[in-house]
Amino acid sequence: MSETAIPTLPPPRRALWPAFLRKGKAKRRSVQGIKASGFEGQLLPLLLLTPQLLILLLFFFIPAVRGLAQAFLLQDPFGQEVHFVGLENIMALLRSAEYHESLRLSVLFTIATTVLTFSVALVLAFATDRVTRGRTTYRAVLLIPYAIAPAVAGFVWAFLFNPLVGPAATFLHSLGIAWDPNRNGDDAMLLVILTASWKHLCYNYIFLVAALAAVPRSVIEAAAVDGAGPLRRFAWITFPMIAPTVFFLIIMNTVYGLFETFAIIDATTQGGPAAATSILVYKVYVDGFINLDLGSSAAQSVLLMIFAVCLTVIQFRLIERRISYEVSQ
Amino acid sequence: MIERSPWLDRTCHAILIIAAVLTCIPLYYAVVAGSLTTEAAQKVPLPLVPGGAFLENADAVWNRIGFGRLLMNSLIVALGIAAGKLAISLLSAFAITYFRFRFRGAAFWLIFLSLMLPVEVRIVPTFEAMTDVLMPLRILVQWSGISWLVEAMTGWRLEISANWSLLNSYSGLIFPLMASATATFLFRQFFLTIPDELCDAARIDGASPLRFFWSILLPLSRPNLAALGIIFFLFGWNQYLWPLLFTTEPTMTTVVVGIKQLVPHGDSIPAWNLTMNAAVLAMLPPVAVVLLLQRWFVKGLIESGK
Repeated sequence: MSETAIPTLPPPRRALWPAFLRKGKAKRRSVQGIKASGFEGQLLPLLLLTPQLLILLLFFFIPAVRGLAQAFLLQDPFGQEVHFVGLENIMALLRSAEYHESLRLSVLFTIATTVLTFSVALVLAFATDRVTRGRTTYRAVLLIPYAIAPAVAGFVWAFLFNPLVGPAATFLHSLGIAWDPNRNGDDAMLLVILTASWKHLCYNYIFLVAALAAVPRSVIEAAAVDGAGPLRRFAWITFPMIAPTVFFLIIMNTVYGLFETFAIIDATTQGGPAAATSILVYKVYVDGFINLDLGSSAAQSVLLMIFAVCLTVIQFRLIERRISYEVSQ
Repeated sequence: MIERSPWLDRTCHAILIIAAVLTCIPLYYAVVAGSLTTEAAQKVPLPLVPGGAFLENADAVWNRIGFGRLLMNSLIVALGIAAGKLAISLLSAFAITYFRFRFRGAAFWLIFLSLMLPVEVRIVPTFEAMTDVLMPLRILVQWSGISWLVEAMTGWRLEISANWSLLNSYSGLIFPLMASATATFLFRQFFLTIPDELCDAARIDGASPLRFFWSILLPLSRPNLAALGIIFFLFGWNQYLWPLLFTTEPTMTTVVVGIKQLVPHGDSIPAWNLTMNAAVLAMLPPVAVVLLLQRWFVKGLIESGK
């Protein structure tokens, strides 16, 4: 029935993740994920891997280690003096009210963006799955924001809601709402949440559309024969069947909200007014590159890295567990 | 459809149309504002239809921030990142799926680890590493005593004084973004689905590993290369934080970052016409890619997410 070829989801990758990420007992196989028929040789594979590993080493592992080291050092911004301060940087951070506020804002921002993008995308995906005419066009239009750089989206939205000339702001003013994201922190927060959601909606949408297309028709038809209406079928059959995609998207949205929104913040509000939208990734940048407080910035980096690693572990455990009703083709 | 329910269908259409309109309104207003003269752009409310000054504005943008140069930079960086990511991930995926070698597990792990830490969380240390790429080597030489050894034996003083900085260079914009665990895993996944008989046949015919890679694996991977290439092109084109940090010269930055110079701040004249004009110009290439190559783009998006 689908008129467009929506790619099907690839089969889950099992046995890829290491034992500690995998649920339950992992059989230790000496070699996994390798072709039964391969090539001999020790040197050639290393040579093939060299470019990747070299780049990882120079731009990934060395910086990460230096960041870790720096988190335990205190460097004054002008001189060359460096002292070892142990956990002092991190403790100072955990005590500071500013950091707490930034953390609170990040959590608020992430939850709001996640809920908004996911729920709207779910409604749109359901509608797309339901309609037959014009599906390709709807999908093409709804996917456009993916192509637009987060920063460019930020500039456009900053203009739309600019309190002096922005058309959206003019509209709000005509309704009697005193909209001013340059002075009111809540308005600014709302603005970045809307911008980030507009930008990320399409990502959720396309995954949900693909997941819905992969739900076997036979199950849906069986439910219809039993007298379940479209909404009921969606709530009780389709939605549970796409649960893996739902979990995947919630994790991806969290990662997006926490780590990938620097450009949107910088382009719309620059963390302001009065740090009202200075979420964690933005604060790292401000402290490191504008306030030149390298110790504190590095300590923030370390905490962020810990968050990121935790999220990744959760992500893979979920993918591995894959609440699976075997949506197979 | 299973049953006829015209009301639900109509509601669905209505929802989708509203969503499509909401998606397009910001873009439409960007086009409108980008085509107004400076005076017209400050009117409240803003005109609803585009003005006639789009080309003049584009010309002003072109001259004011050297847009042509920035466009070229963006293109070089985006293509460089896409090509680089595909190349190194293909090679490493080939190595870890088709060879049984000593450090296979370790290599796999190193690549896997890099998946965990996005750029944003380690910007400061990475920035420092970028401005002084050889620093680790220097420390190594100092600490390992090689320098002392060489000095004692030959009387020379070995000093790695080269200060190789990637600041303001294309390599600085491209290389750090090139490592890709996602692409490596994807190609690995794909290679695992290729029948073993192909490799056996190639070996019987006496093909070397590289020959097999070039003549069999690469042609088979073409659809995946196209799909992922689009995603990585968009990724490269839309980068913001890296170019913002690593370019201090305005001529070396990219289009997306260049727009920042045109944003009216604080109490200056609120003329967004040039900003929006530049924004429209900056979004044209990636939007064209997404619309024209829709099928490949969707394939790449879904595969790279999994």
